[in-house]
This record gives sequence, structure tokens and C-alpha cells, in this order.
Amino acid sequence: MKKLRSKGFAIQRALEKDSTISILVVLLGFLVGTILVALVGKNPANMYKALLQSVSGYNLDNGKMNVRYIGETLNYAVPFILCGLSMAFAARTGLFNIGGEGQYIMGLTVAQVVALLGPPIGTFHWVLAIVASMAIGAIWGGIVGILKAKYEVSEVVSTIMLNYVALYLSRIICLQLPGATTYKTANFPETALLSNSFFQKLTNNSLLNNGFFLMLIAVVLYWFIMEKTNLGFGLRATGFNREAARCSGIPVVKSIAVSMAIAGVFAGLAGGIVALGSFKYGRILSGMDNYGFNGIAVALVGNSRALGTMLAGLLFGILKNAQALMQGKQIPKEITFIIQGLIVVFIALRSAISIYLAWLNKRQLQKEVLAK
Amino acid sequence: MQYAIEMVDITKTFPGVVANDKVTLRVKEGEVHALLGENGAGKSTLMSILFGGYNADSGTIKVHGKQVDIKDPNVATELGIGMVHQHFKLVHNYSVTENIVLGMEPKKRFGLLDIPKAEKRVAELSETYGLKVDPKSTVDEITVGAQQRVEILKTLYRNANIIIFDEPTSVLTPQEIDELMQIILRLKKEGKTIVLITHKLKEIKAVADRCTVLRRGVGIGTVEVSQVSEQDLAEMMVGRAVEFEIDKNPVKKGEVVLSIQNLNIADQVGSLKVQNLSVDVHKGEIVGIAGVDGNGQTELLYGISGLSPVVSGKVILDGIDITKASIRKRIELGLGHIPEDRQKHGLISEFNLAENAALKNYYKEPYSNKYGLLNQEKMDKNAVKLIEQFDIRAGQGSKTTAGSLSGGNQQKAIIAREISLSPHVLLIAQPTRGLDVGAIEYIRHRILAERERGQAILLISFELDEIMNLCDRIATISKGSIVGIFNQDEVDEREIGMMMAGSKREEKAI
Repeated sequence: MKKLRSKGFAIQRALEKDSTISILVVLLGFLVGTILVALVGKNPANMYKALLQSVSGYNLDNGKMNVRYIGETLNYAVPFILCGLSMAFAARTGLFNIGGEGQYIMGLTVAQVVALLGPPIGTFHWVLAIVASMAIGAIWGGIVGILKAKYEVSEVVSTIMLNYVALYLSRIICLQLPGATTYKTANFPETALLSNSFFQKLTNNSLLNNGFFLMLIAVVLYWFIMEKTNLGFGLRATGFNREAARCSGIPVVKSIAVSMAIAGVFAGLAGGIVALGSFKYGRILSGMDNYGFNGIAVALVGNSRALGTMLAGLLFGILKNAQALMQGKQIPKEITFIIQGLIVVFIALRSAISIYLAWLNKRQLQKEVLAK
Repeated sequence: MQYAIEMVDITKTFPGVVANDKVTLRVKEGEVHALLGENGAGKSTLMSILFGGYNADSGTIKVHGKQVDIKDPNVATELGIGMVHQHFKLVHNYSVTENIVLGMEPKKRFGLLDIPKAEKRVAELSETYGLKVDPKSTVDEITVGAQQRVEILKTLYRNANIIIFDEPTSVLTPQEIDELMQIILRLKKEGKTIVLITHKLKEIKAVADRCTVLRRGVGIGTVEVSQVSEQDLAEMMVGRAVEFEIDKNPVKKGEVVLSIQNLNIADQVGSLKVQNLSVDVHKGEIVGIAGVDGNGQTELLYGISGLSPVVSGKVILDGIDITKASIRKRIELGLGHIPEDRQKHGLISEFNLAENAALKNYYKEPYSNKYGLLNQEKMDKNAVKLIEQFDIRAGQGSKTTAGSLSGGNQQKAIIAREISLSPHVLLIAQPTRGLDVGAIEYIRHRILAERERGQAILLISFELDEIMNLCDRIATISKGSIVGIFNQDEVDEREIGMMMAGSKREEKAI
């Protein structure tokens, strides 16, 4: 009896942790996704085969191994993770950055401009392009931060609008670039590319590139700024309780602007990495890449934590890479979007579970009182 | 003997709390029955169950001897139970009569309202029970005391014969309290049964026949008020002997440290909440601002602490004009602030105690080095020290999140932080609101200890007892202006009450 109770208690304790709930939510998303696949008359096993191949490169059907899939999955994960960090950084300061997409597009655009017009000096060229993409991200996010901090303009509205400004501004700028047609520019010089020959050798010519390192550095920096610096302390305080932070002398207005700017840096970096890592020419965007929007979901699943966001971004990378593989196995690739959507919906369970826990607690107490 | 109300073995739990643990309350017909207990003892929960706000987990309720199931307030109203809430539930731009009949309007043909008929009935009721109000004036125009009379009339209009008063005196001046006591006795004379929820012993001695005491959700007992002393009641309420008065040493006043000169502060819509207010606070003294809630006290502290801008006037700290200084600058110059709203301004409930203790100086040595890196260890050490010094009950030491502490311990944590920053001036607002007696005693002693150390303290409290007990000088505020400033031994509660209501004391030079 006592043991049973302690077991129940352990489950309860686990449920109080956000990470447990995230895992639960992901599993639920897959479960419902599986049921859906079965309902449309396909074999769910094929979906998991595709996912396995996306994660490990191993093809269950013919027993062949191709490490290129691992490389592609990781490469897909990079912008998801970075855009997730962008959303998460703002969220920790109590802001809702829907503008990840716009910051991403601006980063991508500026990286393309520097790649085509910058000095073609080895390493320096792509570093300059990446730094420029981060800088424009900071400006694009910072504008929102300043508007919010100084004039109380809702960041939700201004970021959404700036997303469109970014998209069309990007088209105007990129159409002026050398060799521009309706959808692409001239090829980038070799010096602007992020490609990494070691990775290419290791992963059988996947697109995995130096952006992967940049992402890892970003994750560590995110954690470091948030948890270890006094800047992060002030931002977290502002995020939890803006009024108490203000009352304690924390410059809240500055915090908001700084936080949005830093959030923009992450998304801008994502844009730069995609531009110079996954493509050899500049793209003239006809629509959004949606990495910025998916970043919102990634941050939600990852609880706005550094490690959590990285893992959630990896999951999204796996799903994205599995899309083509699923189609090869007669599973509609849209199922991955459904699973992503379901995961976000189930995130709402977090509050349902806390309500359930409160109810459990109350019932326990009631029993104890009435048993006396 | 038949009881008007008989609540037997009532149990009510909320997540994490047993609000009522097999509580029994028996109220005789036609008596004034007090329900005494500290904040959080379960008084309001018990009365909400009677009034249909909550449903009990177990237990039975009888009204006039008949078992009833009070599912919602409408059932309670039908049973003749009325409640005068602590925070009035009135529509401000409606007339007194409209408020009273709201929901039970007398109608003419075609559903038209018959306001004259209602006014006549209201006038009759106020005549019968001695409740003076003008049925035609709007609620905006009448005093808080009159608003309360409107609430009482609302219950009478609904033919209540059992009237529950929830902490009725917390918003009243001493004179209005006297009037309310007369009204309660009049209602009793007219045959009504009264339940008075309170934690003020004087009021119980003044009007109640019997008194039921609750402590931490448990019924301690019911006594005849005439046979017990205030001290006895206090002991039943708290569970141990209580000291009523605090001894303090005579004031050793130094130079002026905080000087407020002709301050005007507006609220968000731009109406002046503090008008032309001047007051000086000297080293080593406590200046109290006495007044009824909502007369500009909150705005005054916001203006001094920098939370809201000042329209005109000056705030001078140690000879430095800080009227336009940033909040951080003010803190660095030695302005401490124990805010009125602990949850909103005092603490970050998601942060642990170590982080909260460093909230105002985390960016400086020793908590941060010159590269901006935090020193968690130093923050922890500081918190451990404060937990020990200020007797903060925290389950996981410096890692306890502030939100999981009880109200008293949250307040101790804030006081610990502010005192440990050793400012020159402490702004203190409502330091003991909602706390239990033990914590109240502790916090008052701490404030006096700071005065001994030579701090200049500006204290705002709506509890006149607290002001009279702690302060060396008392400034009475009314409608944003100071009506008079007197040394503590030169005034009594009556005079302060008159000033709180806005009337200046006849010229008696100091």
C-alpha cells in the first residue's frame, strides 16, 4: 500500500516537470498521427520506417545504410533550432516574437547581398556575410523592441507586419542583384559558401555545413546569457514579473529592446546559414520559408530552454527530412505537418495537467481530513 | 431553542488547503454573533458556503431549523440571508434606489420600471432602521459609510432576516465605525439576526452577544462575549498570549533626510491623486500617513519611489533632488521600499529566495563581476544569511521559490532584502496586511529596530492601531492632501478620524 502510494507520488512529481510534459505531448502527437495514418488505410509502420531512416540513415526495407540522411536531418534542424531560440529568448523576457520569419528573411537577404557583392576573400567573406545577417536580424527585432518599449506598440502586431515588409523588401533587393531572374540570382563565389568538406566526406555529400557549428555556439550562448550573466537575470526578471522588475530598478524598457534585438540575432543567423549553407545561389523569395513560424512551435515544445529547444528543433528536422521518404512509401508527407500541429495543440495540455494535479491534491487532502 | 443558522461539521478543502475542518456554527435567533479569526482562518469560506458562493464537501446546514441545500446565492436570498460584502458591489453611476432594486425592480405595465414606487419603499426602510441615505443621489456622490448603508438596505429590500457583515469596518473612519455599530444594534432591536465577520476585538466587545472563534480552519469554540476579555478572545484566536502595545524608546530625531515639497501626482486618466503635499522625514523617526484607503497614499509612494511620474513638486533625498531620477538611481542613493502589493511589486514569485534577495543589486559586486557574470554562490550565501537573521520559513532554503512561501514569510523576505541593502530612507506601505499575529508582531519589531538604527521611515497603513503604535509623527491624508501633522502623543484616534474625513482640526498651534 505504501509502496503503491510512493509510486503514484513519483508519477505526480514527474508530471510537475515541464520536460516530462513536453515528452508526453510529443508522444501523444505521434500516437494520434499513427491513428490518422491507419484511418486513411496506410500502414503506419511505413511512417516509422521513414522516420528511422531520417534519424539513422538506415533503410529497413533494403537493409542499406546511407549516412547522408543524418547529415540532411541535422542541416534541416539548424534553422528550426535557431528560430526556436529566437522565439524562446523573447518569451523568457515576456515577449511574443512572431517576427522570427521577418528577421530570418532579412538575415537571408543580407547574406545573399554580401555573398554576391562582398570581397571574395576566403573565410572572411562568409564570416562577413553571417555577421551582417546577424546584425540585420538585431535591427529588425530591435525596431520592434523599441516600438514596444517606448510607445507600447504590441510586439505581436508590429512583428507580423514587419514579416511582410521583410518579404517584399527582400524581393526588391534581390531582384537588383547580379544575374537576377524571377526566382534566382547568379551563383555565389566559393568563398561565400558555408560548405565544409569534412562534413561532406563524413555524411556522403549531404548539405551539412559550418552552420551546424554556429548553431551549437548559439545554443551554448543562449544558455550562458540567460543563466549566467546579469543581463539574463534582468531579462528573466522582466519576463516573469515586469512590475516587480521595474520596482527593483531593473531598466525594463531597455530590457525589452535588448531582448528583441538578441532574439532577432538568432533568427537572422538562421537566415544567413540557410542562404549560404543550403544554396549555391541567391533566392528571390516568392513566399515565406516558415522557419520563423515553426520556431514558435519549437520554443513551445522546448519550454524556451536551451537544451529543450535544441531537442525540439532536432525533432522538427527529423520530420522535415522524413517527408520525402514518406512519400516514397505511399504515406502522405502532410502527416508530418499534422503531427507538428498536434504537438502544438497538445502543449495546451500543460495547463490541463496542472488542473488535474491540483484536483488530485485536493482529493488527497479531503480524504485525510474526512478520515480523521 | 431554535437556531437561526445551524452549520454542523462543515468541511471545505481547496487545492493544498483545508479551509474549514469540521466547523460548527450555531447562531441564535435575534442575536449578534461574531465570527472571529485571523486572516486565512476560514471565516470568509464558511460564510461563502452559507451564502451559496461555495458548496461544502461535507456537513449540514439548517436555517430556522429546516435543513437546506444552498446551491447558489439566489437560494440564500430566498431563505432570507443577506450579505454585506467587504468590497461593495455597487454600480457607481446608478442612483441609490437603482442600486438597491437592481435585479428585483418593481415593474409597471409593459415592463416599465416603477422607480417612484421603489424610492418610496427605500425611504420607508431607511426610516425604519435608521439608515440615512438619499434615495435619489448617485453612488458616486455619497460617502463610503453611506455606500455601506446602501448595501445594508439592499439586503433589507430583499427581506433578509439574517444579515452577514464581512469585515465591515475595514474601509470606514472611526466615526463611521461608531455609526455602523449603532446600526447593527438597531437592526438587532428590529428582530434581525446578525453575523459579524471580523478580526477586530473592540467591535466584538461593542456589539456582539456571542462569538465563535476559528483558527486555521478549525472551530476553537463559542463564547458569551460578556464573560470574556479582549485578551481572552485574542488568545483563542491566535493560540497563545498576545502583546497589544509595543514599548518603544523615545524618538531621537536627526536632520531631515527625505523632504517632499508641494508634490502633485496624477493617475493614469490625469486626475490629481496627490495635491500640493509636503512632508519631511527626519533621521530616526517614523512618520505615519493615516487615512482611509484610496486617498492618495498609494500614488504618493509611487511618486516617491519613482514608479509613477510626478506632475510638479520635489522629492529630495539627502539634499539631492531625485524627482526625476530613475528607480535604480533612487535605490542606489539609499531609498528602500516595502511595497503595498507584495505579489505585484515586491517579489518575483518564480525566482528563488537567493535571486529575490539580490533583485535590486544583482548587477553589482559581489553578485556580478565586471564582465557581467553572476556569482550564484554569493547570492546563495546572502540568502542563507537573511533566512537565518529574519526567521524566514523556507522549505528548501535559498532555493525555495518565493511563490511557495506563505504571505508572512514573503513579507519577511522583502523586509530582509530592503533592510540588508541598508538604505537611509524606508518607504513602507501596509506592512502587515493579511498576515497572522505572529508575523505582525515580528515585522513591527523589525521596523522599530530600523528606527533605532537611525533610519528615516515613512509608513502608510490603513490600520489606525498600527499607525498609533509605531509612529512618532502622524500625518493625516484626505483626498490627496495632508490635513494635519501632529506628534503621536498630541492626538487621539477620534481626532485623526475627524481629519481622515477631511475636517481640519481647530487651530491648536504646535
